[in-house]
Amino acid sequence: MSPVSGGPAGRTRLATAGARAATVGALAGNGRRDRFAGAAFLALLLLALTVALTGLASLLIWAAIEGAPRLNIGLFTEGPSSLSPETAGYRTAILGTVYVIGGVIALIVPLGVGAAVYLEQFADRSRWWNRFIELNIQNLAGVPSIVFGILGLAFIVRGPFSLGFVAAAASMTLALLVLPTVILASREAIRAVPPSISEGSMALGATRWQTVRRQVLPAALPGILTGVILAVARAIGEAAPLLMVGAVTFVTVDPSFFEGGYSTLPVQIYNYATRPQEVFQVLAAAGVIVMLVVLLAMNSFAIWLRNRYEREW
Amino acid sequence: MSISEDAAGGGAGSIARPRLEASSPRYGEKLIRALLGLCALVSVATTLAIVISLLVPTIGFFGEVPFVDFLFGTDWAPTFADATFGVLPIVIGTLTVTFWALVVAIPVGLLSAIYLAEYAPSRVRRTIKPVLEVLEGVPTVAIGLFALYFLRPLFEDVLPFLPWSGPFSVGVAGFAVGLMIVPLVASVADDAMRAVPSGLRQGAYALGAGKMTVSLRVVLPAAISGVVAAFVLATSRAIGETMVVLLAAGATPQMTFPWQVTESVQTMTAFIGTTATGDIATGTITYDTIFAVGALLFVMTLIMNMFAIRLVRRFREVYE
Repeated sequence: MSPVSGGPAGRTRLATAGARAATVGALAGNGRRDRFAGAAFLALLLLALTVALTGLASLLIWAAIEGAPRLNIGLFTEGPSSLSPETAGYRTAILGTVYVIGGVIALIVPLGVGAAVYLEQFADRSRWWNRFIELNIQNLAGVPSIVFGILGLAFIVRGPFSLGFVAAAASMTLALLVLPTVILASREAIRAVPPSISEGSMALGATRWQTVRRQVLPAALPGILTGVILAVARAIGEAAPLLMVGAVTFVTVDPSFFEGGYSTLPVQIYNYATRPQEVFQVLAAAGVIVMLVVLLAMNSFAIWLRNRYEREW
Repeated sequence: MSISEDAAGGGAGSIARPRLEASSPRYGEKLIRALLGLCALVSVATTLAIVISLLVPTIGFFGEVPFVDFLFGTDWAPTFADATFGVLPIVIGTLTVTFWALVVAIPVGLLSAIYLAEYAPSRVRRTIKPVLEVLEGVPTVAIGLFALYFLRPLFEDVLPFLPWSGPFSVGVAGFAVGLMIVPLVASVADDAMRAVPSGLRQGAYALGAGKMTVSLRVVLPAAISGVVAAFVLATSRAIGETMVVLLAAGATPQMTFPWQVTESVQTMTAFIGTTATGDIATGTITYDTIFAVGALLFVMTLIMNMFAIRLVRRFREVYE
């Protein structure tokens, strides 16, 4: 039985239970013991937060130390090589990432923002299909990334699209994977624009679309941009679905979008990491530094952007 | 709308009022609406495509392998010449990793959330919350490498009495996945606790309760469905995690007990990730096996996600 089982009755019950607990605690007269327990509890909370932050901070420090010896310009200008790992780098993988992510951006911006505008401004929520679309997007956001790899393999590389193992297939796969993120964030941003703005615009004779284009979208832009950046950051770091759509090939020539083999930065890192020689470990760690610097910068910028332009209407 | 109805039904004698309907049919507007609707339908098409792409080969798979042998068999060797298709070892592998991940992520994430929601001064909160959000974006490949090269040797130094062997360990992989999902647990649980109306807290304080009592006996029960949703989402994320287990848990499908933390196991995601990388021919039994495992994974996470969505929705209904 859940205490929050519904409506005001559930709330009253909670309040009563809380009040009873508070009264019992206060009247039991264990003042000193309570204060001690309170202090111990706070210490426990702080310990948990410290574990959470140091666990992930040590990841950053480890990567910085482990990969530092290889952090030079060759990392960006040299292609991968099994024969001379001492000079191998990420050139082709970085180019591959640029191609793939370019495709992802071209797909997710119109599709994601369009879907969000439809759901927030045009859809009639009393229709079952609109509620179904919403539920469907929430569910898609939780589907494991490797399942999108299966989709990419069966539907995009082979099947209806039959693009083959090329960068464009990777773009489509990743775009579908991060689309829910963009839609959910854009909806949130659009919802934060008060209805009075669009009502005012329509009262002056603007159509729904004119209202969306001239009032709602400009006001929601920072929030939408945050969603897009977070989604792109996720796509840059994603490796699992790309294993299945051909990114594991060892590419030594610069890739192109619609033909030929390609790899991406995280997949290349994985590729190096699975080799037994120590020198590849260092190379993998150096790749992690490059990736983390790019991603952390993007994420920080996105979150700063959202907090900076959060408007009180 | 009501005005135009009045005008239509006003009968004789009433003054003609201006109609509020558009004077032109606005085809452009309708076209835009249809285009935007199509964008929204892409997500439905995606789900449909996932289901179809999983279902067709899975049906082919069960044409050759009996359903019961798949679900309850304890021997997993689908790529061998003498192939066996008992999926239990890799399901156990997945569940073991998930178990250890939750052992780490639930206490650490929940206690961090209580601190952020109830104790932290607003300046501390405003710093730590974005940091957690940024950490949520650390790529899983990086966490896998960290687990393999740093955590694994560290654990061997700290716990030398365990039977360590080889570079892979299900316990270390689980721990790393746990660290990865801590920010998720913390931020969803924190949102849930912050949504509890402050009247409940103030009432308890007015009766003389301490901060710990308020947090544990008032706020936590009031936010429980949101907190449980955080746990369910974290579980779903841990089940679907691929790169960390691929790098740190190994590729040995075997039945282990959860306390055999030093063993190497294969998870469902790792099986898909390793087997599907080669250019396998369509229609072979190996190809179909990938999809059958994928279908099982999809169903498991789908059930958990639906459950989490319901919990969050119920929570919102009570407080908003």
